[in-house]
Amino acid sequence: MKKARTMKLSLPIEEYMNPGHLACQGCGATLAMRYVLKALGQKTVLCIPACCWSVIDGPFPYSCLDVPIFHCAFETAAASASGVKAGLEMVGDKETTVVAWAGDGGTFDIGIQALSGAAERNDNIIYVCYDNEAYMNTGIQRSSATPYGAWTTTTPVKHFKDQPKKDIVAIMAAHRIPYLATASVAYPEDLFRKMKKAKEIKGTRFFHIFAPCPTGWRSRPEDTIKLARLAVQTCYFPLFEVEWGEKYTINIKPKEKKPVVDYLRLQGRFSHLTEKEIELIQAGIDRQWHRLLRLASEREKLSVGGE
Amino acid sequence: MKNKKRKAEKIIFNSEKDMPITPMSLGSMAFNLTGSWRNIRPLIDLNNCLQCGICWKFCPDAAIVIENEFPVIDYDYCKGCGLCAEECPAKCITMEEEVK
Ligand SMILES: Cc1ncc(C[n+]2csc(CCOP(=O)(O)OP(=O)(O)O)c2C)c(N)n1
Ligand code: SF4
Ligand code: SF4
Ligand code: SF4
Ligand SMILES: [Mg+2]
Repeated sequence: MKKARTMKLSLPIEEYMNPGHLACQGCGATLAMRYVLKALGQKTVLCIPACCWSVIDGPFPYSCLDVPIFHCAFETAAASASGVKAGLEMVGDKETTVVAWAGDGGTFDIGIQALSGAAERNDNIIYVCYDNEAYMNTGIQRSSATPYGAWTTTTPVKHFKDQPKKDIVAIMAAHRIPYLATASVAYPEDLFRKMKKAKEIKGTRFFHIFAPCPTGWRSRPEDTIKLARLAVQTCYFPLFEVEWGEKYTINIKPKEKKPVVDYLRLQGRFSHLTEKEIELIQAGIDRQWHRLLRLASEREKLSVGGE
Repeated sequence: MKNKKRKAEKIIFNSEKDMPITPMSLGSMAFNLTGSWRNIRPLIDLNNCLQCGICWKFCPDAAIVIENEFPVIDYDYCKGCGLCAEECPAKCITMEEEVK
């Protein structure tokens, strides 16, 4: 063995998520949790509705996390977090960060009413949606976060999903919450920095974290990071922040926008797509990316114009 | 630095009275040695290791620990996903068929 240099790690060494958990090999949702807890630290409480994470954590009476979890009903992540936060404040604890941690089904579909309510009241919670683009825990059913063209067990190849992915970030930006951000497990340092920043902000903070799922995407477990990285490099899932629903900042601008086909071809759930359908997907991404560039440059102009 | 080691014990209730009134977690999942899920085993060639920590960073099972400034795989828990080998910039992790 070579002489040991000091290792410089890009994230803190402390772990709040321990091995022995029940996630599939190469699970992106698990990495999302690992990084978020590194940023938020010990004084954190999670409210987790039905989703893969309520299983990954382990069955009663065990848990793989070093922070408390309140397991709540599927539609109640945000409402539970609001309640836990209010309860803690009642007993004089103003310090603990309360996090609602839900999947895309629990956020885009069934939990959206509770989420919208909490955001409208500007409750002092962090809401994290880890997005694996379907109802994975119950066997890969489509959600409104499933992208156009994808196979799921309820959108079989002959009737693949014919609607685009719901724009949850636009919905949350329309609530004019103090902070919202997208993040990806392929860019943990960026995720970590934004979560640290969010921790210090008061009010409703929303995170949309891209978390590949090898089981549901029919991808190789070792490709999880590659896929999440390609999603950013193709502008399929851009990384940006929005403050007060207006101030858009793009965190990572790919030097060269890669074609989306590079991303699609690594996943079995898209293997049936024809060239024409892939062109449609590419056009959709180009449109969304230009919209984001416009939103971000408008705010730059605003700040030059004297803010 | 090694992971904080937790008690790797199963919790047995002798009667219903021993159980907490509200279901709550009383112990860690450390007893669940997920290394038994593994079909392929990552092997690190430390001679070529750059000590960059990328394998540690991307392990979904937190099964790579840092010992004496080098990554060490905890085979009790490594599920053999291959992510560390795929992401290692020095390509010094190889995946080998597990003999069971
Ligand atoms: C009210 C209610 N409806 C349905 C279910 C069944 N259910 C449990 S988890 C789940 C899917 C969760 O999907 P998502 O939120 O995307 O999380 P993932 O499993 O993908 O991590 C469903 C439908 C439930 N627990 N409660
Ligand atoms: S189904 Fe997907 S999200 Fe759920 S544990 Fe497995 S890899 Fe993770
Ligand atoms: S193969 Fe997967 S589980 Fe095993 S050490 Fe590498 S990244 Fe971790
Ligand atoms: S990723 Fe490769 S080079 Fe970097 S620390 Fe791990 S084994 Fe060494
Ligand atoms: Mg999901």
